[in-house]
Amino acid sequence: MSADTDTASPTPAASGFDRDNVQAATIGDSAREYVNRLRGGDMGSLPAILGLIFLFVVFSSLNDRFLTTYNMANLVIQAGSIIVLAMGIVFVLLLGEIDLSAGVAGGASATIIALMLIDYDWTWWMATLAGVAVGAVIGLVIGALVSMLGIPSFVVTLAFFLALQAVPLRLIGSGGSLRFNDEVLRGLSIKNVPVTAGWIAAVVIVVGFAALSLWRYRSLSAKGLIHEPLGLVVLKIGVLAAVVLGLTALLSANRAPNPNFNISGIPWVAPVVIALLLFWTFVLTKTRFGRHLYAVGGNAEAARRAGINVLRVKIMAFVICSSMAAISGLLAASYTGKVSPGSGGGNELLYAVGAAVIGGTSLFGGRGRAMDAVVGGLVIATIPNGLGLLNQASYINFLVTGGVLLLAASVDAISRRRRSSAGV
Amino acid sequence: MVEPLLELRGVNKSFGVVHVLHDVDFAVYPGQVTALVGDNGAGKSTLVKIIAGIYGRDSGDYLFEGKKVEVHGPRDVAALGVEVVYQDLALCDNLDIVQNMFLGREETKGIGLDEVTMESRARETLASLSVRTVKSVRQSVASLSGGQRQTVAIAKAVLWNSKIVLLDEPTAALGVAQTRQVLDLVRRLADRGLGVVLISHNMGDVFEVADRITALYLGRVAADVPAKDVTHSQVVELITAGRSGDLGIAENPATATV
Repeated sequence: MSADTDTASPTPAASGFDRDNVQAATIGDSAREYVNRLRGGDMGSLPAILGLIFLFVVFSSLNDRFLTTYNMANLVIQAGSIIVLAMGIVFVLLLGEIDLSAGVAGGASATIIALMLIDYDWTWWMATLAGVAVGAVIGLVIGALVSMLGIPSFVVTLAFFLALQAVPLRLIGSGGSLRFNDEVLRGLSIKNVPVTAGWIAAVVIVVGFAALSLWRYRSLSAKGLIHEPLGLVVLKIGVLAAVVLGLTALLSANRAPNPNFNISGIPWVAPVVIALLLFWTFVLTKTRFGRHLYAVGGNAEAARRAGINVLRVKIMAFVICSSMAAISGLLAASYTGKVSPGSGGGNELLYAVGAAVIGGTSLFGGRGRAMDAVVGGLVIATIPNGLGLLNQASYINFLVTGGVLLLAASVDAISRRRRSSAGV
Repeated sequence: MVEPLLELRGVNKSFGVVHVLHDVDFAVYPGQVTALVGDNGAGKSTLVKIIAGIYGRDSGDYLFEGKKVEVHGPRDVAALGVEVVYQDLALCDNLDIVQNMFLGREETKGIGLDEVTMESRARETLASLSVRTVKSVRQSVASLSGGQRQTVAIAKAVLWNSKIVLLDEPTAALGVAQTRQVLDLVRRLADRGLGVVLISHNMGDVFEVADRITALYLGRVAADVPAKDVTHSQVVELITAGRSGDLGIAENPATATV
């Protein structure tokens, strides 16, 4: 019972915590730690990346048109709407909830956008805002029903999945469709960023990422806080630079099948997806709201006791999901050039859920990143793209996609079991 | 005698027809560990929840640092500097130690989180409690042992310059070595001048760290005595029968009130 312990307040460096400054000081250590995490069941996006490589090897060996730049650009455009929808789904999956209505919410929002463009002559951005607002309202209602009344999200969103299909059917009419040929919005899919602008943007992204990572490394190591080894930081910058600059080079070449035409530059969908990715990654990792989202998904009771407004977090997650669904519906309409009563009612949702889960987002809540949607979305989009080139009957497409979704969910469930036994 | 940090006077609480607490007086002194003991159903949890502001009182006063205060909820109590560490810990497995310690009270810089400040402060707090068992403050809570989790939960309570920490059965699920760590930590908290309330069934733990023992028997305070003045068996008698020799309730309240 000595009273001197409170006067001698040791500095952090002297307390035994200085050990973790040296932890992961070399690339070798980081690599070992990563392998341990994998063994412990924390797979992250690794299954998706391996899957993507596997699909690329298979499809390119079966069909030599698969790896052409023309098809790669197509793949990016096709993946766009899946990725955006999956990014929205990540937010509800983080809470351990599900949104089955996101696909049709996108269809309904796209219908509103098309109607505003055609019947009311709104400019593209006003129409887009109206569509996103429709999505946000849908999400608000779903979120309120789930969090305030406590109805399972599965049931609420299943009801919305059915009910929302009425919106385009009523507004468009059975068998009809709305043309979607606004210069800007249709251009998202059929036009490309000028080659010079694309290169400038790519370089800005790489330099920006490098500067941010190095600045972060410096400020953390200066304060003696836990940080990645410099080698790993440089490696990450190198990988990002290779991917970004490589894709830019690929898409900047003339990819027209007919040499008399010139099609080159990054499709406009890509910058939209990248902007959303950067924005939501920032929200998830650097803001209080993002932190609270993970907390509610990890342990809602703990979050509540910590003074977090769990109700608000849940509602916001559904609002974000449905708003992203609206953007996804817009991209899908931009790709097909029309909105029909069936828009968003097909595979879209399951593709998106599959994309998020394959990318590494857990169905059980608490784990996931915006980046997961991008990686997973590319995997999912590659399947119909590659199978289409092989002229397979479309039933194969359903079988393969269903199988991939099931596989991803199994990986998620198994890695969750391993995590709880390994305690990682 | 030192002025109590927190004091409850004549507190009564009923749930419907069940009178759970009868005129309970309870005091927490700075720099001391007060053990709250009692059998199941004696009213320990109810008393803790009243202190934590989760339940209101039917009658009686809530005094903090000698002044009557009105508490209407857990936030008021937290604002006074009273933190409760519940048995089920309330940590998020998917977040790391720093993130858990600042959960709901994150430091921000501009529009983003201020990770640098949070990590530094979390380290300082753990260091000041002489916690050396945690490998890294950035490891996820899921990877910690029961004792380490309890340590993090206690450190979280201390982080906010709290004056009183209530620990609900902190060693119930722990092994011998981990119980040792947590009891050492409890002692260090009191040595820093905090008022510590330890709710426990384990007499060994109670006698090891407690300065005062408050025994509840059927919703009444059977005794509030310095730990050195009573023996192990006396406390067990106070818990099971409400009296022991000169100590305790004059007559058996179970028969007296009927």
